[in-house]
Amino acid sequence: MENKNFNLVIVGVGGQGQITLLRILAQAAFSEKKEVKTSELHGLSQRGGSVEVQIRFGKNIQSPLVSQAGADLVLALEMHEALRALYYCSEKTKFLINKNLVPIPGQSSIPENEILNEIKKFTKEIAIINAAEICKKELGNEILAGIYLIGYGINKKIIPLKRESIFNAIKKLIPEKYLELNLRAFNLAKS
Amino acid sequence: MEEIFEKAGKKVILLGNEAICRGALEAGVDFVSTYPGTPASEIGNVFYRIQKEVKKLNPNFHFEFSTNEKVAMEAAAGASFSGFRALCAMKHFGLNVVSDFLLTLMYSGVKGGMVIFVADDPSGWSSAQSEQNTRFYAQMGHIPLIEPTTPQDCKDFVKLAFDLSEKFQIPVMIRTTTRASHQSAPVKLGVIQRSAFKVQKFIKDPHQFSTMPPRVLEMKKELLEKIEKIKEISEKSNINFVNSKTQIVNSKTGIITSGISHLYVTEALKELNLNLPVLKLGFIYPLSEKKIKNFIKNLKKVLVVEELEPYLEREIKILSKDANPKLKIYGKEGQPIEGGRIWKERKAILPQIGELKPEYVLMAIARFSGKKLKFNFKRHLEKFEKVKIPPRPPIFCPGCPYWFIFSAIKKVVDVKNVIFGGEIGCYMMAGHPVVNLQDYLYCMGSANGVAHGISKSTKQKVITFIGDSSFFHAGIPALINTVFNKSNPLIIIFENQTTAMTGHQPHPGIGKKPEENGVESLKIEEIVRACGVKNLKVIDQVTQQKAFQDTLKEFLEKDEVSVIVARHICALLEKKHGK
Repeated sequence: MENKNFNLVIVGVGGQGQITLLRILAQAAFSEKKEVKTSELHGLSQRGGSVEVQIRFGKNIQSPLVSQAGADLVLALEMHEALRALYYCSEKTKFLINKNLVPIPGQSSIPENEILNEIKKFTKEIAIINAAEICKKELGNEILAGIYLIGYGINKKIIPLKRESIFNAIKKLIPEKYLELNLRAFNLAKS
Repeated sequence: MEEIFEKAGKKVILLGNEAICRGALEAGVDFVSTYPGTPASEIGNVFYRIQKEVKKLNPNFHFEFSTNEKVAMEAAAGASFSGFRALCAMKHFGLNVVSDFLLTLMYSGVKGGMVIFVADDPSGWSSAQSEQNTRFYAQMGHIPLIEPTTPQDCKDFVKLAFDLSEKFQIPVMIRTTTRASHQSAPVKLGVIQRSAFKVQKFIKDPHQFSTMPPRVLEMKKELLEKIEKIKEISEKSNINFVNSKTQIVNSKTGIITSGISHLYVTEALKELNLNLPVLKLGFIYPLSEKKIKNFIKNLKKVLVVEELEPYLEREIKILSKDANPKLKIYGKEGQPIEGGRIWKERKAILPQIGELKPEYVLMAIARFSGKKLKFNFKRHLEKFEKVKIPPRPPIFCPGCPYWFIFSAIKKVVDVKNVIFGGEIGCYMMAGHPVVNLQDYLYCMGSANGVAHGISKSTKQKVITFIGDSSFFHAGIPALINTVFNKSNPLIIIFENQTTAMTGHQPHPGIGKKPEENGVESLKIEEIVRACGVKNLKVIDQVTQQKAFQDTLKEFLEKDEVSVIVARHICALLEKKHGK
């Protein structure tokens, strides 16, 4: 991992907190003295459209965008949206998927197993995590699923950043009012 | 404390647009005006949030959300004429609104440094209407234009632009594209300038500020002379540079690029293990012609990598006539291609349509230099395109008061036989298949302008949608025209008491709180009435659904223009205010 850059794409539906996750990861990578760049899109965040953000860190990072088939990890906060990220997926790409289907207005949802079968055509490295349900049950809010998944990714060493860097980044970036909940979500994945 | 105020010498992660704001603080900006528009919105959002803090550093400081971009720029110019440093920010469409004033302002020039920030949006991520290339304005208006690549550039270029502007008494434009504005990376900070309170004065000088013939042609001469001088600066400037260790004389091929594309080029050369000379241009207008000629004179072929239309490519073609007539120029000229599909076409190897992506540039450079790619992008793309993915366009939030307008229309209006005119704001999502009430969509103010023409030409009824912020921005002249030239659209003003789409910026309809020097809100209905509209009702479409439907029915029968002000606060704000 040492000399290789890490390319991460986060997909989901507007309002799932992608930009906050991106800032936490960027701050954590920066605190570890890595070069880091992110790319984000604004304007659709609270209007339920597809939202995709990206972060790259490591050495000599130029482009803020991940290349086609260039992702090391896709963090999908919603299952349909995971399909859209297949553009960035090679056979080496890992998928960390929140078990969460948000219906698309005016269209019928694709069943979970069909989504999985499509992703399997690209990569075998897929983990589906019950993050939304766990966060709802334990913390009362499924929006914390993203932080939970980052915690999971750190524990399983899928995200090459230190636990404490993320912890400190959360403390730095999350407003006091929501800090406790976010830290709990991050730690929850450990147990 | 905001990261944006961090100490000089520190490195912090900033978004390109945040870095623009920090650059303005370091340049000692006194006046900032804007109208919100993504991908430029953060400039206004940041200054709105920090204005009190900035005032502590600089008692002259003033920030405002102006009613539209033209007004914002006129205000910034007024501040500059009075000796202050002014920044005016907008998205690309804003520049169209401004152009009437701006092209004349170039003739007179300015006094205090004046910087215009414009963010273009290739691929139209936040722009429904077009992917405009602002570079062509620079050429038309003789507007010095520089383009940053990274957030560090964004910060540093603002200072450069202010200095240049003040030295030559000319507005200087900074242009980004989405991925430069919305890219974040660590930025090394410089010193924020503190200024003592200065009493500046507008010193009467009609010779400079009044553009009347025959003086105006003299002014044009002065402008062109300034540009010639700035060209010399551009020739020497280190923001135009060759970034390869390879001696230019040894290479027969080279690349010319600018803006965000430079990052993709550097990444691709690394990936392909190529060491080609690359000329990176920070100055887009005026171009450093000598530097370019010197770069291309010994080359056999050159690849030009830029977003949108082949602006640099055409300029380089002209320069090569002198410097190297046999030079082969590769880029976008030829059959237009889409995305990375260079394998499908004969000539163009980069797309004019949509933003560039790193893989498009990688493929273009591989083809240009005859290198083999390690990865089969074509096969991968074909595989990806076989995956059936339902599109998920943005849609109105749950509880959005606009839903009530659409459902009322569907209940009482014969939607097949009525034309629906849309506009820019959340309500343009009326074009979403779930709502499907939008027969045309152009720009702010145009729903009513076009409706008038349709009403005059046909017997068809037109219903138009216009938001409150848009109404103040450009809706009033078209409304007056429907009265003065007599037509009968039914205009629904979607008053949700904010500029919602771009992130809830304030507008004149909500006034200003006492701590912001208190301004009473402007009542839209009073303006409408003053424009001569007789059929007018203000209705809360959420709490008075029946009244709203009845009024729709009643107003559809009218022979004159009619207006419903649908007043209910944005659902997101309602939630935030805890109502």
